[in-house]
Amino acid sequence: MDRVTAPTLDVEVPAGDGWSGVITAGTRFRIVDLHGNQAVDTLFYDAHNHANRYSAVDTIREQGAVYLTTGSVLRSVRLDPLATIVDDTCGRHDTLGGACAQESNVVRYGEHTRHQHACRITFSRLAHQVGMTTRDLTHNVNFFMNVPVASNGDLHFADGVSAPGKHVELRAERDILILISNCPQLNNPCNGYDPTPVQLLAWAS
Amino acid sequence: MKETIPGGAAWSRIIRRGHALRLDAVADGANVSLLAYAHPQTLERLCIPDTLKAQMAVRITAPMVLMSDCGRALLSLTGSSVGWHDAITGHSTQPQVARRFGASSYQGDRNDQRLAARTGLLDELTKHGLGERDLHACVNLFTKVVPGDDDRGGLTYAPGNAHAGDWAELRAEQAVLVVLSTAPHPLDPSDRWSPSDVVATIHPVGPAAADDASRTFRAESARAIEQAERWIA
Repeated sequence: MDRVTAPTLDVEVPAGDGWSGVITAGTRFRIVDLHGNQAVDTLFYDAHNHANRYSAVDTIREQGAVYLTTGSVLRSVRLDPLATIVDDTCGRHDTLGGACAQESNVVRYGEHTRHQHACRITFSRLAHQVGMTTRDLTHNVNFFMNVPVASNGDLHFADGVSAPGKHVELRAERDILILISNCPQLNNPCNGYDPTPVQLLAWAS
Repeated sequence: MKETIPGGAAWSRIIRRGHALRLDAVADGANVSLLAYAHPQTLERLCIPDTLKAQMAVRITAPMVLMSDCGRALLSLTGSSVGWHDAITGHSTQPQVARRFGASSYQGDRNDQRLAARTGLLDELTKHGLGERDLHACVNLFTKVVPGDDDRGGLTYAPGNAHAGDWAELRAEQAVLVVLSTAPHPLDPSDRWSPSDVVATIHPVGPAAADDASRTFRAESARAIEQAERWIA
């Protein structure tokens, strides 16, 4: 939906860069895929207790489905709702593919990728800025990323279902800390082989 | 080492490289929710997303390698009589167990108290100086949950995936702390609390040979085992 009120947050996150911030309960938080097919790796925490963090598998089980879209409740390890997806012009988001790392790049693509920039570096830097460590990093959401799974047990990374200007919007169900890595991955189609900036917008309730 | 883990209990062991943990289901419908950490550096832990995407699967099946968040093999599922082990739906929690099976307390049920996997896993993690921050997506050995081919990837629990006598064997590719619970899977529709006992056996099998099935499964599997071998120079 279009908004008449000015957003309380309006930042552009460059390709391969990160952002973190606390979003208060009731606030709407929108991520805009400005140029299309850009994976936005995202972690959520209870802002007042970082151990009560996003849990991909608890979220999947409680909603009875693998993909995230409008209506999906993003739950913590204690099954508390952290945020709800309230608007989604993309239609499908991943939470099984995790975040790229230098080490997982070596496993997937070979030794020549060891020193490429990766989401886990961005997440670690952001975590340390707010007093957390890599111990606090967990399985994340990949907004705008397409990881189809099949009833025969297959999983693969596919071309994005997103496009320029598509967005996803969340409502914070409590005060939440959000960490975002705007994915730098160059070795698979998750960013269309061309990482691009995204826009973050928020409106207070 | 061989011992019986009662149904509904939690358990942990450190398994040396080149040794295997074999788990045998005593009754029908067993479930084992399994966590894994490098020993002694437990900051390195099982990463189901990395494991699944590197091996292009949404479930665990032999001879897949269970990879850490540091790109190294922790365990290889070298064999199993069961063709699908869940890894995407987590484990039971105490409110869910109470809703399904009714309230349970030590005073009322003594050592038949119904403990969720989460309760048991946290109790066991605490013994190793670990806790809630160290939780990660578990493998649910013997349990099958199928994602649909529909727009949402809707989940269906597959009943009868494992029977008495079914087994799974995991080889440690480095020293690994295994923490597990034998509580029922939260999507198991049975409303009768009767979790299966599981017999755990640890025995030497030697490290992965050059032609080992887990190593030759995929180039990614080989690299994860190789990275574990090369890590301590």
